[in-house]
Amino acid sequence: MKNLSRHIVQITTLLLLAGLQVQATTLKVCATCPNTSIRKAIALAKPGDSIVVDGGVYREGTIDIKKPISLIGLNNPVLDGQFKGEILNIRSSYVTVQGFTLKDVEVSYLSDNAAIRVAEASHVKVLNNKIENAFFGIYLQRADSCEVRGNVVHGQATTESGSGNAIHLWYCDDIRVQDNKVSGHRDGIYFEFATNSHIQGNLSQGNLRYGLHFMFSDGNVYMGNTFRQNGAGVAVMYTKNIVMQDNLFEDNWGAAAYGLLLKDISRSVIKNNTFKRNTAGIYLEGSSKLDVQKNNFENNGWAVRLLSNCEQDTFRLNNFVGNTFDVATNGNTVLNYFSGNYWDKYNGYDLNKDKTGDVPYRPVSLYSMLVERVPPSVMFMRSFIVDLMDQVERVLPSFIPERLVDANPSMKRI
Amino acid sequence: MNKIIKYVLYDIIRNKIVLAYTVFLLVLSIGLFNLGGNPEKAVLSLLNLVLLTVPLISIVFATTHFYNSYEFMELLVAQPINRKKIFLSEYYGVAFSLSAAFLLGVGVPVLLFGASLTGLYLVLTGVFITFIFVAMAFLASVITRDKAKGIGVALLLWFYFALIYDGIVLFILHYFSDYPLEYASLALTALNPIDLGRINVLLNLDVSALMGYTGALYKSIFGSIWGISLSFGLMLLWVLFPVLSSKRIFSKRDL
Amino acid sequence: MIAIENLCKSYGKLKVLQQVSVSFGTGKVVSIIGPNGTGKTTMIKCILGMALPDSGDIKMNGASVLKQHAYRSQIGYMPQIGRYPENMKIRQVIEMVKDIRKDVKAIDEELVGLYGLEQMYDKRMGALSGGTKQKVSAALAFMFNPQVLILDEPTAGLDPISSEILKSKILKEKKNGKLILITSHIMSEVEEVADEVMCMMDGKLKFHETIAAIKKHTHEERLGRAIAKIMNEED
Repeated sequence: MKNLSRHIVQITTLLLLAGLQVQATTLKVCATCPNTSIRKAIALAKPGDSIVVDGGVYREGTIDIKKPISLIGLNNPVLDGQFKGEILNIRSSYVTVQGFTLKDVEVSYLSDNAAIRVAEASHVKVLNNKIENAFFGIYLQRADSCEVRGNVVHGQATTESGSGNAIHLWYCDDIRVQDNKVSGHRDGIYFEFATNSHIQGNLSQGNLRYGLHFMFSDGNVYMGNTFRQNGAGVAVMYTKNIVMQDNLFEDNWGAAAYGLLLKDISRSVIKNNTFKRNTAGIYLEGSSKLDVQKNNFENNGWAVRLLSNCEQDTFRLNNFVGNTFDVATNGNTVLNYFSGNYWDKYNGYDLNKDKTGDVPYRPVSLYSMLVERVPPSVMFMRSFIVDLMDQVERVLPSFIPERLVDANPSMKRI
Repeated sequence: MNKIIKYVLYDIIRNKIVLAYTVFLLVLSIGLFNLGGNPEKAVLSLLNLVLLTVPLISIVFATTHFYNSYEFMELLVAQPINRKKIFLSEYYGVAFSLSAAFLLGVGVPVLLFGASLTGLYLVLTGVFITFIFVAMAFLASVITRDKAKGIGVALLLWFYFALIYDGIVLFILHYFSDYPLEYASLALTALNPIDLGRINVLLNLDVSALMGYTGALYKSIFGSIWGISLSFGLMLLWVLFPVLSSKRIFSKRDL
Repeated sequence: MIAIENLCKSYGKLKVLQQVSVSFGTGKVVSIIGPNGTGKTTMIKCILGMALPDSGDIKMNGASVLKQHAYRSQIGYMPQIGRYPENMKIRQVIEMVKDIRKDVKAIDEELVGLYGLEQMYDKRMGALSGGTKQKVSAALAFMFNPQVLILDEPTAGLDPISSEILKSKILKEKKNGKLILITSHIMSEVEEVADEVMCMMDGKLKFHETIAAIKKHTHEERLGRAIAKIMNEED
């Protein structure tokens, strides 16, 4: 019912706009135009007008947009913030900003200065802009039904406290973040209380902290994104009902780096993702009712670190190849379920030719448990005694959790 | 001294064990490089192999050689040659020939299939391990005149450094896991040349990140040029200590 | 030439040499005799630096030889049982020693020739009989014209002809002014070549006298009897 009324509102507004469009005019801004100032053009514009900015560098401080207009950049106009405050401050719905280069936003420890801020608005589109050397890149607060697409946000962050996030959402709903490339910021994409949003096809790499970071952001879908070489990988916390599908998490190496860190996540699906060369592919803490299936875990340090406060998580049909440790856990209580995965370390047999091994596979090694409990024992990694210990333990399990077992491991890669 | 080394080498080359050892290493290395496809993975597997077999073969071969060379040494002792020279010639002869076998058997494949800094460290570590365990073999040999006893001591030494020592340290780490043992464990690695070599190679591979805080600590120490020098310096001490002490015993002993 | 002063040596609790003091001059053949296990070989090994004395000193031409090695260029040594690297051929052993002793220009290969070792040059040491090994040892001992020759039971494994060759070689070198120390149990042989007899018993020096003096002292014509008489006198 609520949805329906929302739709009606949307349709009426669209019709209204269409009506306005008839009288809509286009204002031009360029060095030789009558209008050389964007600020002035905005002041002149009526709702529904378009402002086309053709080339040039504009140093106009913070530009406020308080009416539904389109701001279109042609021939790469540059908005230079000169390290003073913000650049574009959008406070109206139905605003489109497209094709600009925005640069040099002041780093402040008092306010979160952004290149483009969208506040308390809906149906705003931020398209194909290039943002360089900003404190925060694109900042949406209390916004809904917006689209952030095709932007390139590149920062030059050196410290976590001296940098902001590339794309930052706070109290938002129904946002589409798609095909952006974000790098060199604190967090690549940051969501807090952002719900029912769609994040797709983004590339987030080389950020200081997390490639993607979200908290309290239920019902989001993450598809086809790439998270690469971020300081600590991807962290998602205190959230339920999310779908993470077809993403690539790779090269997140470091003493405190994760492909994907899950903390208090529940009722979510993690499917068809690839985790390559991460210190820990997935780290799960206090997470429950997750469906982890058909993912590839390749050449990670730990493919899965599953803390014992996780429950009712299911790992099915995943491939575990070339990982140092397949699964590590820190306790003996195991309330999770592994089935039908492919493990390259499995050396059982399949006599009845049903393509699943006849002997169960125990993905937790004794040594991985020891490392979990006594971190300095990592110095014995790959030593003879550790290999020996693991082999003995695998034949006669006595320390590793008895119930953490894949009863029907796949013989072939899935 | 060079003359004596020449005759020691001559003697070693003739008995074909070193040749077999070279072929053994060569087959294993080439096999590993062609099996995995990923040269880094092959280097890792090779590391395990090197740290297990090289000490064993070095120590057993060197001990046997020492006892079999008694006649040779007796012949030389009656000549106007310093005993220390005779001893060192024997040592260099054995260590050089085994190192040459290692360089041919492992170094060349690494160079061909997996040339990298890690590969270099692996080869360097292997050569050091050879020198260290030949030195230990000589120490075991000069302590007792009885060949069977000497080989027994040598095997025990190998067993200790390859397995028992690590077991003891793991036990200690586990038992005192409530205490911060990062620096202690670091110091403990220095007391076993095999551990020293292994960590040296591992820290130059990606897996260092797995080592968490301890690994970061190690990496900050071992990863620098100082750390590398320090660890190879420690390995050098591991060569010098048994060589010098066994040389001392040998020159003060009745033949 | 060689002076031994208060030499003591023990293996564990067993005292092999006790306060042995003796000196030998040049141009003499000295026979060292005594029952088995009285320390004859140990004394020789001490002179050669193969065994290290507990106390006492050994001097050669007035200088202590302890912890030295250069003096051994003046000694030719023929061990009781020659032990050689089994894999080496006769040729290789001889050439190796020659190689090590390159400083010596005048090489005496008389014994190599007399024993016909050249014909066996390509035999492995491990395949040789005890006697042949002794021949190699003898040839090596005389090869570099040393001032002192130490021969430990030289004729024990040799056939009579080879023994004779060795004895005449000994006498020849004596005439060249060399000191020759021989341990032996065969009294007739001692009588044949030796000028002096040094007798040891239980690690101690029993006596060291010229053969003539011994015979005169005991009024015996044959050395064997004379010595036996001295031994019996003790009891």
